[in-house]
Amino acid sequence: MLNIKIRTNIFRRLLFFRKTVTFFLVLLLCLNGYCRESEEGSTDAYVFSGIADARILIPFFADDTTSSSICEFIYNGLTKIDKDLKIVPDLAESWKVEEEGLRITFYLRHDVVWHDGEPFTAGDVYFTFKKILDPGTGCPYISNYSGIKDIEIIDDHTIRFYYSQPYAPALLKFGMGIIPEHLFGKITDIRGSVYAVKPIGTGPYKFSIWKNAQYMVLAANPDYFEHMPRIKRYVYRVVPDQSVQFLELVSGDIDSMGLSPYQFLYRSNTPEFKDRIEKYRYLARSYTYIGYNLKDPLFKDKNVRRALSYAINKKEIIDAALLGLGDECTGPFFKDTVYYDDAAERYSYDMVKAALLLRQAGWSDVDNDGVLEKDGKKFVFRIVTNQGNQVREDVATIIQAQWAKIGVKVDIQVLAWSAFLDQFINKKNFQAVILGWSLPVDPDIYAVWHSDSSKEGGLNFVSYSNPEVDQLIELGRGKFDINERAKIYKRIHCLISEDVPYTFLFFPYSTIAVQKRFKGIEPAPAGIGYNFIDWYVKNDEVRYKF
Amino acid sequence: MKRYIAKRLLLIIPMLIGISFIMFTVMHLAPGDTASIKYGMNPEVSGSARANFDKMYDLDKPVLVQYGLWVKRLISLDFGSSLIDDQAVMAKITSRLPATLLLQIISLFIIFLIAVPIGVISAVKRNSFFDRIMTIFVFIGYATPSFWLALLLILFFGFKLGWLPISGMSPWYTAYLDSFDRTKDLIAHLVLPVVATAFGSLAALSRYSRSSVIEVMNENYVLTARAKGLSSSRIVTAHILKNALLSIITIMGLSLPALISGSFIFETIFAWPGMGRLGYEAIMNYDYPVVMGVGVIATFLTLIGIFLSDIAYAFVDPRIRVGGEK
Repeated sequence: MLNIKIRTNIFRRLLFFRKTVTFFLVLLLCLNGYCRESEEGSTDAYVFSGIADARILIPFFADDTTSSSICEFIYNGLTKIDKDLKIVPDLAESWKVEEEGLRITFYLRHDVVWHDGEPFTAGDVYFTFKKILDPGTGCPYISNYSGIKDIEIIDDHTIRFYYSQPYAPALLKFGMGIIPEHLFGKITDIRGSVYAVKPIGTGPYKFSIWKNAQYMVLAANPDYFEHMPRIKRYVYRVVPDQSVQFLELVSGDIDSMGLSPYQFLYRSNTPEFKDRIEKYRYLARSYTYIGYNLKDPLFKDKNVRRALSYAINKKEIIDAALLGLGDECTGPFFKDTVYYDDAAERYSYDMVKAALLLRQAGWSDVDNDGVLEKDGKKFVFRIVTNQGNQVREDVATIIQAQWAKIGVKVDIQVLAWSAFLDQFINKKNFQAVILGWSLPVDPDIYAVWHSDSSKEGGLNFVSYSNPEVDQLIELGRGKFDINERAKIYKRIHCLISEDVPYTFLFFPYSTIAVQKRFKGIEPAPAGIGYNFIDWYVKNDEVRYKF
Repeated sequence: MKRYIAKRLLLIIPMLIGISFIMFTVMHLAPGDTASIKYGMNPEVSGSARANFDKMYDLDKPVLVQYGLWVKRLISLDFGSSLIDDQAVMAKITSRLPATLLLQIISLFIIFLIAVPIGVISAVKRNSFFDRIMTIFVFIGYATPSFWLALLLILFFGFKLGWLPISGMSPWYTAYLDSFDRTKDLIAHLVLPVVATAFGSLAALSRYSRSSVIEVMNENYVLTARAKGLSSSRIVTAHILKNALLSIITIMGLSLPALISGSFIFETIFAWPGMGRLGYEAIMNYDYPVVMGVGVIATFLTLIGIFLSDIAYAFVDPRIRVGGEK
């Protein structure tokens, strides 16, 4: 009896011991799991800041940088751009271009759901593009899609677009964010709808809070089809003053901002900056140029424009206006792409050549006053640019000095943007202009360089017209083969460079600062933001805990 | 008195119509238009899309027709919607107004709280040490560029010492805080903007109240009071202050519009989400409905402000009251 009791006791003790061990084991496992979870899961917040608030969160209405960049976190297109600026699948798993581009079929992913849980189907794609093509919608980008003749839903996950003529930029334009039919279907006023300020998309982040003119908070989407972003919140803060923005960055209250060249080079040498903040720079997809009004008798002669180009020292301009943070530009395409021809005429700084060309064109300083004359008229003209862009104003001043050396006198006029466009550019009422273009990923330059775009209000305001370039532009937008296109655009680059309607000046660098706690940033031709969902913060460096 | 008030109130309507008409036409006379600001240099937007935009928002119609349409909508108190983001103008204004009111009312309160006593003491103890010091202080305040002072305050208290937040009205994570922390945060965010806004105005108001007190001090009834043998503190509070208050009320009435329209400079520097920035951004973007909305409301409040200060006069000064009833 006693014996048995003791045995039970031992048994009990054993049982207790085993229970405790199991308990601790389970606890350990849980903790381990928890740690792994938080290390691989989604943590912290990334606070980006800009000077202007977003306007409207519907991709095909977004017409400012902030709105479009936030739309990219919330929505997906059928295609997207990868880090090397190549077109890759997004909502579409794959696509087929048939009949030389007259028929494009997209095969959509099956695993995509909207932020409200509804499945994503071909109907949403159909709805989005029908809305874009309806003039009543008022989508500003309608002309990018005007070649679409018909859209056909093959099944829930297959959709086909018919084009009236081949249009190569189409694949890139299909990167436009798709909006949900089940929410917008019954709404007539899309722009004024609640979903324009509280959007529902398919993207890596879900909309969370928008405090007008203050901040916007997006939350990581756990069901995102690639994977849940590793940064739990994306925050956009509006700080309208750039110097205040910089103080916020250094004090750690914002995690990232674009720096001015001066801030990039000279304000970032303090220990508190260097310890905590990483700087990135990559070539911006835009260029600055001097445009000559080709209708102006002064610039009719190609040799005069060439002489003016030779007389410009681009390096000096880049060093002075951008503090060296730029790269020389020779044509209307983005450097380091297959469309940019490195062999095109560069117009390297050459005063002798410039003087010679001007003399050949009949310009000489007869009365020895330092300014050239021809047929009794002096070589004097006015260059205009817009207010609020310090770099352009600086460029104008430098050019004024550089041209003075070859006897060309220039007046500078700086105008408020609206008056500048209205009175000078749209009416072609200028002699020379300093402006910039941002470069879309697709090389199609119809809107800026085709003679058809030189009508009043068109963007070919310098009135450039070369039948060969026109023909090549038309040819280029109809070809889907990248090698064929490369040949065409390289030729265009050479021809435009030869005709010198512009003096191409430089590509500036984008200069970005990001707090060092963010890891996984890999700068590429596309910038740094392309792999944002893979950025992460180590556990011990997390700043914001939720 | 009732008839006077009614007449004054009715007069506001034609004034409002006249001012709004001038505003509308001047705005449309300025070179440039919404579509070219929005899409002007964008190769992705065709000319026809721009024309379509003008058509959708009646911007292709003559200015007079547009004004007519605007008035027609206004009659049903519809200010229209923004050309930039299609949000209702009224909604935009109501989302920005609280921030501006909060900042402006607090600073106005502080300005009066500090400036009036400074003015009165300086006047009563004219040419004393205190008066001289205050004169210097006040002129320094007057001469200091306010945006510069604001940046210095941020640099010193926000950045170097880290005592106060650098900019903004509330942190983005405010929704995750409890209401106590939220209030604490708001107060911390208010300090620097309030100081910066108040500092410059302090000068004007204290000088103003000083001179009006001095003016009153030379009046015969003050002399009488003195002759009666009243204590000087009694003279100041009962006779001088009450009469000097008149001109201060005028200033108060005139500062009402600033309560609403806010200050673009301070709101930009402190990233304060107020009306000043709303109005400025609307003007820069040629966002006609928002400019008109902000403008009309500011005009309306200015007129009401003038009206209210007139009424307040009547209460403070019996002479005006009697005049009104005649």
